[in-house]
Amino acid sequence: MTIYLPIAEVSVNAYLLLGIGGLVGVLSGMFGVGGGFLITPLLFFVGIPPAVAVATSANQIVASSVSALFAHLRRKSVDFQMGSVLLIGGLVGSALGIFIFNMLKAIGQVDLLVQLCYVIFLGIIGALMFVESLNAIRRAKRAGPATPRTRHRNWAHKMPFKMRFRVSGLYISVIPPFLVGAAVGMLGAIMGVGGGFIMVPAMIYLLHMPTKVVVGTSLFQIIFVAAFTTMLHAITNQTVDMALAVLLLLGGVIGAQAGTWIGARMKAEQLRILLAALVLLVCGKIALDLLLTPSELYTIGD
Amino acid sequence: MRIAALLLLLLISALPLRAQDEEVVLGLSQNRVAITASFDGSEILVFGAVKRQTPIPETPMEVIITVAGPDGPVTLHRKARKAGIWVNADTVRIDRAPSFYAVATTGPLGKILSQTEDLRHEVSIPRAVRSVGVSEFVADPGNFTEALIRIREDEGVYQQLEGAVTFDQQTLFRTKITLPSNLTEGSYPTRIFLTRDGRVVSHFETVIDVRKVGLERWLFALSKNQPVVYGILSLVIAVVAGWLASAVFRWFRS
Repeated sequence: MTIYLPIAEVSVNAYLLLGIGGLVGVLSGMFGVGGGFLITPLLFFVGIPPAVAVATSANQIVASSVSALFAHLRRKSVDFQMGSVLLIGGLVGSALGIFIFNMLKAIGQVDLLVQLCYVIFLGIIGALMFVESLNAIRRAKRAGPATPRTRHRNWAHKMPFKMRFRVSGLYISVIPPFLVGAAVGMLGAIMGVGGGFIMVPAMIYLLHMPTKVVVGTSLFQIIFVAAFTTMLHAITNQTVDMALAVLLLLGGVIGAQAGTWIGARMKAEQLRILLAALVLLVCGKIALDLLLTPSELYTIGD
Repeated sequence: MRIAALLLLLLISALPLRAQDEEVVLGLSQNRVAITASFDGSEILVFGAVKRQTPIPETPMEVIITVAGPDGPVTLHRKARKAGIWVNADTVRIDRAPSFYAVATTGPLGKILSQTEDLRHEVSIPRAVRSVGVSEFVADPGNFTEALIRIREDEGVYQQLEGAVTFDQQTLFRTKITLPSNLTEGSYPTRIFLTRDGRVVSHFETVIDVRKVGLERWLFALSKNQPVVYGILSLVIAVVAGWLASAVFRWFRS
């Protein structure tokens, strides 16, 4: 069954779109990432114009994140205090990121910067997470089940404006989460993604939040960032395709529920190693595009 | 001198008269294409006849039919390897290129249409893509126009259909034009040329109207006219769908 998309102006197989939405929804529920880094390239591949793909995937991310967030709310694994601090930082960072993006657009070569950002950040984060979770799995095997988490005392404890984040079990300054939120928001705006794949590792490794809380809290934050992006695209470029979004989110919301269910039944280390492998896979694909000789040197821009 | 001028005048006035000797009578299977949600491309039958007051001349007549989509400027990027990675190195903006173009003929286009007539009527694909005024920042703007045509031909958006027009008894002609599924809405000028010895004897032009209808029309108009409302509506749908899925799943599990 094919459907003609009114804004994208192409007709695409509806089941294919449901499948893509579903796949990204599963990831969203499992890992707390919006899936923007995955859904946009997949939509390009199906033949959706890049501008429409970027804008519409933001809308679909809102839907799947809401769906997954409700599942996490029931499990009480959302730290609203931490989420709010991250969100405030995120919005500040987004504004800054959009400013930088427009500045680079004026100079040209913004595509290249976005691709390089993807390769560098996906590469670093993927590699670090992969090694770390591999070590964690080895350690767990050697030491037997459930070694107690050591209390981290680092720079985050020495700063002012300390706040108690009950759900995360942390008593730290608000400055580190604010900075993490701002940095992720800025990168997200430049790269055109929600930034979940940077946020999740940052929360785990920089803020030392428990993995189970990280996913729900990240989702809470992503909803607002993605909603902001959707509105921005709808108003400035009119590139949000509602028909496309509905098909993607039908698959997405169902996938998100399934993903949350799977995520709750897996060990934290396994969850992290899977996310790391996925991030590295996407990173490798983009790197290959930059390195290999393309079959067609010319591309039609918009 | 005066005689020469008079002769010229006679010749000029005689041209349209001669052209009227043979005229196109056209039919279209449809002059409107409606894009609905289930739109998956369309096939248009272009047919017609040649009306004559005089007997059929010796030299055979040829028919060329073109259908063009709404045109607009196109930006083309060319990649080059810099510091080991492939980047968009050169950019060329082509003034005007149709979003769709099909040219169907009774024979090889180069044989049945002379260069000058092609230039005048912009019939062949390279002529339909106007590349004058291509930016002078690159040494080889021609390669960019060629690339555009190559890419769009591969996509089936530009079609050169030589020999696709059947022409019976030098009078009745017909052809099928396949419109792809990724159609842009707008007016599609459709032209029929009758040629003899490479010269255009008569031509006729009409328009096929391609429009989105129903829900497609409504969504498209809303996104352009009320972007804020459209954006909010998109978000509301997203949030409600997310919540609904969550509620349904909880109901299933309990």
